[in-house]
Amino acid sequence: MSGAELTALLPVIALAGASVVLMATVSIRRSDRWSQVITLAGLAVSFAALFVARGVAPCDVGSLLRIDLPSLFFIGLIIAATAAVKLLAHDYFRRRGCTTEEFSLLLLFAAVGSCVLAASTHFVSLFLGLEVLSVSLYAMVAYLRDDDSGLEAGVKYLVLAAVSSAFLLFGMALVYAETGSMELAAVAAQASPLILAGAALMMVGVGFKLALVPFHMWTADVYQGAPAPVTAFVATVSKAAMAALLLRLLAEIGAPPPQLVWLMALLAAASILVGNLLALQQDNLKRLLAYSSIAHLGYLMIAVVAGGARGAEAVAFYLAAYLPTTLAAFGVVTVLSSPEGDFDRLAGYNGLGRRRPVLAGLLTVALLSLAGIPLTAGFIGKFLVVRSGVGVEQWTLVLILVLGSVISIFYYLRVIIAMYMRPASEDAPDLPAVPFAATFALAATLAVILWLGIWPSTLLAILQ
Amino acid sequence: MTLVLLILVPLIGGFAAWIAGRRSADLSRWLSLAATLVELLLALTLWARHFGADAGSGGPWLEVVQRPWIPELGISFILAVDGLSLLMIVLTGFIGVMAVLVSWREIESRVGIYFACLLWVLAGITGVFMALDLFCFYFFWEVMLIPMTFLIGVWGHERRIYAAVKFFIFTLVGGLLMLVSILALTFTHAAETGVFTFAYGELLGTPVASPAAFWIMLGFFVAFAVKLPAVPIHNWLPDAHTEAPTAGSLILAALLLKTGAYGLIRFVVPLFPEASAAMVPWALWLGVLGIIYGGVLAFAQTDLKRLVAYTSVSHMGFVLIGVYSWNELALQGTVMQMICHGISTGSLFLIVGMLYERIHTRDVTRMGGLWTQVPRLGGVAMVFAMASLGLPGTGNFVGEFLIIFGVFPVNIAVTVAALLGIVAATIYSLRIIQTTFHGPVVISVKIDDMNRRELVIMAPMIIVIVWLGLWPSTVIATFEPAMEALFHLVPALTGGGLP
Repeated sequence: MSGAELTALLPVIALAGASVVLMATVSIRRSDRWSQVITLAGLAVSFAALFVARGVAPCDVGSLLRIDLPSLFFIGLIIAATAAVKLLAHDYFRRRGCTTEEFSLLLLFAAVGSCVLAASTHFVSLFLGLEVLSVSLYAMVAYLRDDDSGLEAGVKYLVLAAVSSAFLLFGMALVYAETGSMELAAVAAQASPLILAGAALMMVGVGFKLALVPFHMWTADVYQGAPAPVTAFVATVSKAAMAALLLRLLAEIGAPPPQLVWLMALLAAASILVGNLLALQQDNLKRLLAYSSIAHLGYLMIAVVAGGARGAEAVAFYLAAYLPTTLAAFGVVTVLSSPEGDFDRLAGYNGLGRRRPVLAGLLTVALLSLAGIPLTAGFIGKFLVVRSGVGVEQWTLVLILVLGSVISIFYYLRVIIAMYMRPASEDAPDLPAVPFAATFALAATLAVILWLGIWPSTLLAILQ
Repeated sequence: MTLVLLILVPLIGGFAAWIAGRRSADLSRWLSLAATLVELLLALTLWARHFGADAGSGGPWLEVVQRPWIPELGISFILAVDGLSLLMIVLTGFIGVMAVLVSWREIESRVGIYFACLLWVLAGITGVFMALDLFCFYFFWEVMLIPMTFLIGVWGHERRIYAAVKFFIFTLVGGLLMLVSILALTFTHAAETGVFTFAYGELLGTPVASPAAFWIMLGFFVAFAVKLPAVPIHNWLPDAHTEAPTAGSLILAALLLKTGAYGLIRFVVPLFPEASAAMVPWALWLGVLGIIYGGVLAFAQTDLKRLVAYTSVSHMGFVLIGVYSWNELALQGTVMQMICHGISTGSLFLIVGMLYERIHTRDVTRMGGLWTQVPRLGGVAMVFAMASLGLPGTGNFVGEFLIIFGVFPVNIAVTVAALLGIVAATIYSLRIIQTTFHGPVVISVKIDDMNRRELVIMAPMIIVIVWLGLWPSTVIATFEPAMEALFHLVPALTGGGLP
């Protein structure tokens, strides 16, 4: 392995190194504080290493990974989001009365897996990254061992993720059988029926991770059952990594065959409509956000379908906007959760605008960003998606997006109305104080949401 | 610089009022009043500076502020005013002061955030009237939506949440369709010239192929027709007006509806002259439908606020036919009507609000004979009922008369039908006075007549509406250069099709 390749891999190496150090430290002496310091330091070093790695990009690491500017961008997103999840989760798990060291470890593993996934150009690295991510997630989802719904969610996720991995593997096998190559570019080789079938099967695997309709069945239960910070991780990091992979796959293919475009357009339309319609009927904020995330990934797929530089730019920006927004929303749920359980009943949010004006304000900004209202990052993201859709004249998809946005307003407004326009119930439990680390993370997400909403050109300049 | 200040003053004033509101409600009130007064003053100095001055060689634009915003996407931050924008901004400043004053005692809970929302709505509206980059315009268009929804939903009457959601959804649908249209237009422009831009000045005159042009135009039209509102997409309006607090109804009627009319004049017709010409017969008959439907429904209401809300639908129908007649008289009338409707209907909402504070009902069947107890309020109501029916001497007469004159050469059938609306206006206006202030006395409690604050609010309203009726030339002269520029872009809309 050459020096340049090692330099390019520095961010991932830093993460993996941090997890080794953490494991060693924990085996000698368990310390809550030290585990947090090591985790955050590892993430910070890894983030700093991105700028070093940028010097040698683009760089192929063997035939497995490619570190280029897009993958560095997505790795940066993944690291930042992981750090935010860690800041939120630390106090949360202590309050729920369980250790946090193992969680930090799992979190770092999952981050490594996501980074590999985002940078992979080969079926092997793809599958390895995906499995490292997924296996860590099974444990993270079921991290609260006394919590039945968490365990149920963990098992559900395990079974369904295993099935989807099987689809993915089968798809890869078909492509390999036809071309004899395991590189992503192989899918583009020729448009034989076998390769097409392989690509379609792989889309099933990807669609599962992105929670696109009709592979979305797990989403609501896992989102609801998992501890709130883990939900935040599932909703942000694992989706960003998969979306990055999808972009890479399509970039390698070049002009995807029309059947594949049709399939993706269908997935997009179904996700937008089904996600938004199901979100309407939820009385649980985590479930509501789960269905809304299905719809959001549907919007994202429009930009993927549109393709080209404009589509890639829209996907990247959309994720950069979606991650802090989702983290802010789940972050509010996290910090309001009590030792008994997550603060996710919609009725609990009645009157929050009076009881906790700052948190309610943050959640409002996050919801408005999800709804795509100006001044927030979500608006610019949606704008770019519509722009990419209009650019390739996908009128049907664009109109479905408009329809979906209108439906989504109903349920986002429902939460906002609950917070500001309904009185709190008499026997509402006291709400916990917000710890410093979580305050920092939430303030950062808010700053990013508003900054991207008002001066998006800083990020757009980077993306271009 | 003044243009930026016009947005910043209410924006920052809103934050100040919010923060102050945590300590003292009164401080928040005074701060908001100060902010709106400064806003009005800024608008008036802008007007004074350009009054009577010939538009220079730079076209109708009196002042322009231009900064790059998101250069990667061809978006700049462009604010500009011509005579039309200027009038609308002065109206915004004026109504803003009234809105703060009328909320002085009506709002007792969460005062700080209330005034913040109110000022932010004003900031958004001012932005809409000045933005000359389509992205910017959409930005302000949506920004004014959120605080308005809060005004209705938090401080409104019984069915406030329903009304707020309905208002939000209707406006959002229109807005999103407009966004798609804006993008389609920029892509068409880019295909022609290779330049991605959202600047109004550059997009003007983009030739759009025939069937596409109609659909793109329709996206804009729907957005503005919702706000206007045009029947049959008016139906958010009666609920929103009825449930909003008095200042909310005032801002809705006087300013928000005008953004729709402004959008039609500024964007729809100049950007899509041919598609708009195809729209003429439809728009004219939609306008007539609005005039008659609004008038008839106004007559049938027992809720006084709802009644006034339907009169808005009727009056704004005149604006719609005025715009689509697109000749000098009609456009002059349209602008007059926009301003006068703002003042007169706004005042009627204020009067209803004052009655509600006193007798806690808006049901006309539970009013009657109030004149003996509140003669001053009755007198003021009389003035604005007369304005609403278009009595000569009030600005409304000038507006409706000019529109009727302007429509006549375009379509006689529409003219005749629209005149029926004036008959309806007479009936419902007189009914307001008759059922409320005349007739047998229904309530037995003792109520007070207008106090000093309320007189301070209503006196300028009366002065303005009469002034507009007697010397409309002040307004028309301000609008004149802007109108000439519009005619330069689109000399005439000649529609065929329906009679």
